[in-house]
Order: sequence, then structure tokens, then C-alpha cells
Amino acid sequence: MQMIEPRAMGTPLQRIDGAAKIMGTAPYAFEHRLERPTYLHPVQSTIARGRILKIDTRAAESLEGVIAVITHETAARLASDENKELWVLQSAKVHFRGQFIAAVIAQTPESARAGADRIAVEYEAARHDVSFSGGRKDLYAPKTVNAGYPTDTNQGDAETAFERAEVKVDSTYTTPMEHNSPMEPHTTIAIWESPKLTLYDSTQSVHSVRTTVAKSLGLKVDQVRVVSPYVGGGFGSKGEPHAHNILAALAALRVPGRPVKFALTRQQMFCLAGYRTPTIQRFRLGATRDGRLTSIIHDVVELTSRFKEFAEQTAVPTRLMYASPNRRTRHRLAALDLPKPSWMRAPGETPGMFAGEVAMDELAVACGLDPVELRVRNEPERNPESDNPWGNRHLLECLREGARRFAWSERDPRPRQRSDRGWLIGSGVASSTYPRYVLLGSRATIRCGERGQYTVRIGAADLGTGTWTTLTQIAADALQCPVEAVHLEIGDTEQPNATVAGGSSGISSWGWAIVAAAQELRRLHGARPAAGAEASAQTPKGADDETFAQHSFGAQFAEVRVNTLTGEVRLSRMLGVFSAGRIINPRLARSQLIGGMTMGLSMALHEESVVDERFGHVINHDFAGYHIAANADVTDMDAVWLDEVDDRSTPMGSRGIGEIGIVGAAAAIANAVYHATGTRIRNLPITPDKLVT
Amino acid sequence: MKASITLRVDGEQRSLTLDTRTTLLDALREHLGVTAAKKGCDHGQCGACTVLLDGRRVTTCLSLAVACDGTSVTTAEGLAPGGTLHPLQQAFLEQDALQCGYCTPGQICSALGMLDEAQAGHPSFVTEGLAAPAELSDEEIRERMSGNLCRCGAYVNIVAAIRQAIAERATP
Amino acid sequence: MTPFAYERATDASSAVARVAAHPNAVFLGGGTNLVDHMKLGIAHPQLLVDVTRLPFSKIESLPDGGIRVGAGVRNSDLAADRTVRERYPVLSQALLGGASGQLRNLATTAGNLLQRTRCAYFQDVTVPCNKRTPGSGCSAIDGHNRDHAILGASDQCVAVHPSDMAVALAALDATVVVLGRQGERRISAVDFHRLPGDAAQRDSMLEHGELIVAVELPALPVAAHSVYYKVRDRASYAFALVSVAAALEVRSGRVHDVRIAFGGVAHKPWRARRAEAALRGAPATEEVYGRAADAELADAKVLKHNAFKIPLARNTLRMVLRQLAQGGR
Repeated sequence: MQMIEPRAMGTPLQRIDGAAKIMGTAPYAFEHRLERPTYLHPVQSTIARGRILKIDTRAAESLEGVIAVITHETAARLASDENKELWVLQSAKVHFRGQFIAAVIAQTPESARAGADRIAVEYEAARHDVSFSGGRKDLYAPKTVNAGYPTDTNQGDAETAFERAEVKVDSTYTTPMEHNSPMEPHTTIAIWESPKLTLYDSTQSVHSVRTTVAKSLGLKVDQVRVVSPYVGGGFGSKGEPHAHNILAALAALRVPGRPVKFALTRQQMFCLAGYRTPTIQRFRLGATRDGRLTSIIHDVVELTSRFKEFAEQTAVPTRLMYASPNRRTRHRLAALDLPKPSWMRAPGETPGMFAGEVAMDELAVACGLDPVELRVRNEPERNPESDNPWGNRHLLECLREGARRFAWSERDPRPRQRSDRGWLIGSGVASSTYPRYVLLGSRATIRCGERGQYTVRIGAADLGTGTWTTLTQIAADALQCPVEAVHLEIGDTEQPNATVAGGSSGISSWGWAIVAAAQELRRLHGARPAAGAEASAQTPKGADDETFAQHSFGAQFAEVRVNTLTGEVRLSRMLGVFSAGRIINPRLARSQLIGGMTMGLSMALHEESVVDERFGHVINHDFAGYHIAANADVTDMDAVWLDEVDDRSTPMGSRGIGEIGIVGAAAAIANAVYHATGTRIRNLPITPDKLVT
Repeated sequence: MKASITLRVDGEQRSLTLDTRTTLLDALREHLGVTAAKKGCDHGQCGACTVLLDGRRVTTCLSLAVACDGTSVTTAEGLAPGGTLHPLQQAFLEQDALQCGYCTPGQICSALGMLDEAQAGHPSFVTEGLAAPAELSDEEIRERMSGNLCRCGAYVNIVAAIRQAIAERATP
Repeated sequence: MTPFAYERATDASSAVARVAAHPNAVFLGGGTNLVDHMKLGIAHPQLLVDVTRLPFSKIESLPDGGIRVGAGVRNSDLAADRTVRERYPVLSQALLGGASGQLRNLATTAGNLLQRTRCAYFQDVTVPCNKRTPGSGCSAIDGHNRDHAILGASDQCVAVHPSDMAVALAALDATVVVLGRQGERRISAVDFHRLPGDAAQRDSMLEHGELIVAVELPALPVAAHSVYYKVRDRASYAFALVSVAAALEVRSGRVHDVRIAFGGVAHKPWRARRAEAALRGAPATEEVYGRAADAELADAKVLKHNAFKIPLARNTLRMVLRQLAQGGR
């Protein structure tokens, strides 16, 4: 691969969009200033399954300030029901509690909300089923799981090998339903100016919103424009359009020429913006007495919505982490009357590596081995399933570097040995991994301006991921110019197609398109192109994509304190060491990796969405009930990385870093809790009620 | 029902007529076009809407605008007249104390309010013996900043930025 | 939100008269609980009488050595008050353990007392709740009730009171001073909040139209040696799973004086009189602390998800008493 020379890359450039965000002037979706706005407030179903018999909108329509009410009887007809999640206000059917069943468009947000409160609905309720358990008789195997992986895999005879193993771990782990909960709610301003629909949206992909919404509404793609220069976090939940995009568009059709402003409330985000499925994971590890794995069996049960399938790839990391001659992985789904689960930071790896890395800790204890050493003994030489050579596997270096920095060798391996004024202290380790993805389909355009300036355009997204800054650095190096000479434009479908900011693929995919466009510019216009010269290119396919197993790896080390009387757990120290190829901007990369670790801490100790089976919805649907880590929860935390250039991955030498920080973090903390207390908690989150006695 | 009020927002006197149901947050965002106060939860559970009201940090989503008649509001935008960042804002930039940026203006206002409270000798939940802390430890900063949630997980750098601003104050 | 009229009170008696005369009128303080509930559709007042600019923002010394806290004193100011910090540290700590810095700058003393009990089902108008609609049923009793009461609940309601400040006030023998149309009356803080019984819709003894004007704290020497410990699901900015407000004075190895209240366990701050009785005069030992906790929790009734609150309350009390006996705060 032809690599680009790092000059801007590798430097800690400050966030280009930082000042505007710090002043609060960078416009997020709801903040675009438009004339004569209207406001939308939805009505949601209060049954989890059944049909609407009658909706009385008269009281709402007569309210001062209300412009219109739309229901399944009055909304415009959509063109495609291919994606059932987006089949909004098209039928009387109710698939889950909280589904949109009407919406009020009004002159002010207060009137819209008051109007929605006045809509009377009669239902014919059917018996709903939202009961998630591993004992259900109707669990089924999906055709594939998310990202196209096989549902089940099987090597050797894992069951027999497990039965015959000298040392066995057989444990069941659970992770709860979790919600992405970005700070900026899911938001759309929709304006219909026939024949054009414009959406100011908060999204991880303007282009996928455009194509999906266009298809849904029966519009041509070029009739729709989506604008999203700044995104207040997504973590997967803004990776694809959800029902609110369609609802806003339907409302816009009703009030041509006027912007319809719509932001989900925090409560609504718990049923309309995706979530991570709960998981029940039985993990069986068989090993020799000296800790060499002879069998790995990972059985996963998770849920999907009945109306549209989403199958998280929870067992996928188990297929590559450790060497074993026998291995079996399996995913089974319960289809329930719930909203559709979706992507949440490192889908698959996050829950799967929680179970797998705690199981490894249990095996280390069972074998009397140091957990780092156990992992060293099971390092696979090649990808265990594909038998491809590793592109760049540096797990052991991460573990060793982390152990050195964390003073791991000073640790007494026995649990419950250290305490300080009523607090037990323990430490734990876990591995992390995330695939290197480069998505095909992005295109970048570069245009030469006056005095050596370049305008680089690509419809990419920055959801806090640093895209504004890192793509500028990549473009500067691709064009061999200073970063000041690069004018980047992202976040608008007026710019060329860009794939989603997901799967930690953004910078790799978009950056490569920019590199390719710079090469094309040079090919067409020579080394010193004149003002007005322009070139465009797409992300190419990597030569090593099929022949090498390309993944990032990491090691997470955590130290916790556990109150012996109250069961409170406090993280006191945490370090992540990662191998992710070249780090394009160390200042921003450290933030993002620590951010992933912080979300992992939050998963370990706090997060749990509770579904009330009688009603069918999440009842702790706000930030007072659904706890995410606060400032006081995060103490001494740091992330570092191996000095590395991956010349198989991208011409920048990089792989993505958006997700690996969360992977393994919860396991490291759970393992530390075990080491502190001698109590193994296998069900997240680790809250005081699980430790107090 | 309508009410007419006057607010001083980022140094500028603003008069407006609004529904009594309008919160201070919506008055700023929807009526005055001031976007530095963000709506994250609308229920006092995230801190993204924090501003300085008559000099003190408050959430704005649970205050009715009509009850704030005659008050003075400073947002993160007002701290940077002409786009020149306040030293604390500059510290946020240098320490990369933000990612998506949505909670950031609230963090800034909260941090400034918090520093003033500490200056005035206010203790926090973690202050030993409830004495006025001689200096803000990291633990003190974390506790005092816990009313501002950040889902990106920028807390480590937020604490570093505040520490930098304190150090710069001490050495003029 | 239902439309409402807004008025700013100029003096207390006319504010009381105005609200008393209007069945759907309420006083507006810091708004942090009321406006929250108006948005959720739990509260539907038609008239708001803003009392935040009434002259109730002082903290004064009383002739008997106690203090009088104006109803409008902001939580942050009360927590930072020097006298409160020195003589009633448990109150400062309880306030500082509640909500967040920016909410404490808004919330008032009276408003903190008048927080409604907290329960996810109460907050969600799409499910039954006796507190919102008497007779509709309690969704929490057979629902997710990890956060709910273990003491003093009824078959009508199992919600808990969320205030930290009120737990300290209950322990400190405080008095709530209330102005009604007939003049002032005084209610002890312990009796101010009520158990749900068969009228879960009522959280306190306050009658419609009555306005809290002050909270008085007695001169209570033991209070100088007091502490508030709050166990919660994250390190800060969360409601209590269980909290303990306690004051303890040990003389010659025996408990000379003691005050204890629990938070997070009942529909009201739970003054632990049985535990106090078991402690008073007894040796200050771990065994006695455990017995005292057991005495208080003997009648505790658990629901499906909150059994952990019994050992948690017991352990937290033991820890706090030990800490106080050892001279720490």
C-alpha cells in the first residue's frame, strides 16, 4: 500500500470545531435559525400491541396555536414499507408501547405539547409479550447476525472437549438493556418546499438519512437534502434514521414552506432511538491444568423486536480472541413486542467481551494462573476460524505494557487481601478487540483554490469523534500542504457520498477517499495544480482485506474500592493500552479512548434499562432513573497506545478507535470487584444491592 | 397566557412577550436565538442547560421565564465577547475537554459558578469537616462538577481544564 | 402543560389569601420539582403565585440558641452557612448530598421539604398510580420496586421521599413554621411528612393555601457531632438508596445523646426512635449499634426487589455510629 507521509498526522492539533462548541454557537440540528418555525409533539401508544380503534383529535385542533394534527388516518402515504421501523402513521397497528400514533404541529412548543395531551385514543389491545428469558421455547436462530456474521460457528467437538477438560468454567453472564443516551436528543427540522425536502438532522450519516427518507417517502434522492454539521453524540443510535425522521417529514408535508422542529424528549429516546439488547450468555471454557484452552463454548440469547429483526453479534469476538482446537458459538433471539434494538457502541464486542473476559478471569482463578499469563498461553498464531494470518495483532504487547505501567506484578493474586479504612481494594484486567472496518462507497472531492488552498468535500459526520480535525490533518498530508491550507466541508448531502460514522470505520473510509482524491488530483493536474482544478475519488478496496485478519486489540486494567458495609463500588484507577495503528491526532484520540472506557465504567456500575413486563416499556426512562457515569465516578483514568503504523489497513496507517475503548472495560472492572471482595458478580450493573450483605 | 418580561442576556437587554409556560431555556433558545444553553433532558437531570443567572450557576429548564423577569443571564457565548475565549474556555480547548460539545457550554458555566462558590468558601459533599477548602483537589472538582453529565466521557479532561484555569488564576 | 396564570407575591398574607381562594393555585418557589411535574403532566395548576421574592431569605439566630431558616433560603446558601456547618453539620452534608450545584442554587428550603415522593410509576402518567389518581392502583407494589419503601408503606403506595435535607431536619428535631389564613402554626419536621396510609396523594400535613415561611432548628448540642451518609447508585447526583442522618455524643464509653433518621426507606424521612432508645445510655459498641439497627428495622417489609435495603440500612447506620463514636464527622 502506498502510505502518505505523516506531517500533520500524529500531531496534537486542537479541535478545529472546538471554539464554536465551547462558546455554544456551533449549530446542532435544532439550532439552525429558520423563519416561521412550527413545533411538533408526538402522541405515543399506551399499549404494547394491538390496534387503534379511534383517535379523537378535535380537542387538540381547537387549541390556540395548534396548526394541524396528523394520525394514521390523515398522514400522507409512504411509498415503502421495507423498513417497518419507518412505517410511521400508516396503519392502526401498534407494535410496541411508545410508538408514534399521532403528532401535533403548532406555533409554539408549549401548544404542541398541550395539544398532544388532549388527543383521546381508543385501542383494541392484544396480549403483548416482552418477557425476556433464556428459557423461552420460541428462541430462534437468525439467518445472520449484525454486520453479516454467521449466526453459529463450530470447530471440532467443543462439547466433548469441554466434558473431558481438566479445568472447567461454566458460567452464565447477563448484561441488561442499555440505552445510548447521547446528550443531544434525536432531532430533525424538516422543511417541504415542493419538490424539495430539507432535513436539519442529528445523524451519523447524512447520506443514509437521505436515501432512506427518500425511499420511504417515494422521492428521488436528489429531492432530499440532509444537513448535519454538528452532532451531539450518537454512539450508534444516530447511525440510521429512526421513526422521528419520518414523522417530521410527514409533518412537513402538512405545512409546506414552514420548518417543522422536532426533538425527542429524553423519555421518548428510551423507546424511539434504539438500544442495546439485553444478553444472557452462557460461557464454557475447558482447559488443561496449565491453562491451555481445549474448548470454548459461547451461547448467547438476546432479543429483537417482533416487527423488525436486529441481531447483535455478541459471540463474534469469541471466534478470534484465543486459541482452542474446539470452539462453538451460537446466537438465539427472542422476538418481543418491544422497539427495535440497534447499534450501541461496539455492538457485539461490548457485551460479548464482558462475558468472555470475566470467564477468562474465572479460568485464571481455577488454574491458579495470573490472568495476563493465561492470555499469553492462549495467544493464537493465526485467526482461529478463518486461518488467515493476523494483519497486526499486538494483544500481548498491550497486556505487557499495561501490566508494566499499572505495576501489575506487585498484585497479590489472592482476592480480598487489601483494604483501607473499610474499603476493600482489588484490581482486574481484561483484553479488548475491535475489527478494522473500511466501508466502501465514500467519495471525496478536492478543489484547488487561490494561493495553495484546497477545499475538501465529503458528506461525513463529526459526532464528537474529531472528524473536522482529523480529516483536515489527513487531507493536509495527502496534499502535502499545511493544515491551514485545507478547508474541509462535511455534514451535508450537497457533499459527495460518505458512509456512516459507525463500526469505527469513519476516518479510515473517508480518509482513504481523501487520499485517493489527492492522488487523482495529482494524476490529473500534476504536482502544482492551478486554481479551479478538481478531482474526485472513492475509497478503494484494500489489497489485504480478504487475506489478513485485521483487528485492533487492547488491554484494560482497573482498580476498584468496595465498601465492605454498603457495597458501594468506586473506580480508583484505570488504564487502557491499545493497538490501533497510527494515531492520527493523539490529543483527540486519548479523549475518545478514555470516553469509551468511561462508557465501559458506566456499563459496569450504573446502566440498566428496566422493562416493566406488564406495561411493556422502560420505566426508568430518564437520567434520574437511568444512571450514566457522572464526573465523580471517574477518577484516575488514562489511555495510551502502542507506537504503530498499520500499512495493511489504510494509507494513513490507521485503524478506527471509536469503539475499542469500551470493549473489555466492564470486564476489567468486574474482575477487579472480584479481586477486591472475593464475590463474582456476573450480572451487570454492579450496584450496591448485589454486594451488600 | 402571555407575559412580557425583560432579561439581560450576555450583556444585552432583551424584552420579550411569551407564554407563561415557556421555560427560561426555551426563551433563550427559541425566542432569543441563544443556543449556548442546551436542552439535554429538560428535567434538571443533566446540566446541559446551565447558565449563570445573576452570577450563579443554575439549570434553566426548570425555571419559568416569567419568574426570571429582570434577571441577568450569562451563557458560554457571553463569556467570549467577540469570539475571544475566556481563559477557562481556552483551557477546555487546550485540554480537549469536550468531544461532541453538546454538554460543553453548560460545563463551562457550571465550572465558573463552581469556582466562585469555592472562592466564597462553600464546602462540597466531599469537603473534609465542611471547612472551606484551601484549594480544590481533583476530588473536589469532580464532586462539584457532577451536575453536568457528559456522555462522551470527557470528565478526565474537564477536570484537567478546570485545574489549568485555577493554576492560571493563581499565577497572573 | 396546562396554561396557567402567573402572579408575583408582594407579601406573604396576600399570597396565602390568593392561593387559598383558588382550588387550583400553588406557590412557586425554585420550581425544580413543580415545573418538572407540570411538564410530566403530574401537576396541573391554573395559577402560580411566585413567592421567591418574599423576604424569607435570611438565616437568623433565635433567643433560645437555635436558628431560624427562611423558607426561601436556597439550598446552597443554607449548606454553606457558617453556623449550620459548625453546629448542624449533618444538615450541610445532607443538602450538599442532594441534586447538583446548579439545582441547589435554585431550590429553596420550603421547596425541598415539599418535593413529592419519588417513584418511576408516579412520574409516568401512562400507568396507574394512587398518588396521581386515587383508587387507580399502585403499579410499584408488583412492579419494579428496587428503590421503594421498606418501612411504613401501605397497600396504596410504596414510594419513598427523596429529600436529603428533610432527613437531617427530622433527626434534628426541627420545626416547620407555616402561615395559613388563620395565622401561623408549627409542625415538627418529623410529623410534617406523612405515611401513605389510604391517602397516598398527600405527602405532607400542609393544607391547601398554607405557606411554609421558615424552618427552625433548636439549640441541640449533640448536633455539633453529626454526619450524613448517603448510599447511591453513582458517586454523586443520584437519589439515595438508603441514607442515614445521625448525631451522637458518647460520654465515658456510653451513649449520652443520639439522633437518627433514615432516608430512602419510607414515604417520609424516617426518624429512628427505636434505635435511639436502644442506644441511649448503652455502651457505645458495635454490638449495641447492630441491636439498635435491628430494633428499628424489625418491622421492615420488603418487596420483590428491595430486600437489600434492610442490610444496607443496618450496615450504614453501624458505619455512621462507629465513625461518630471515633470522633470523625
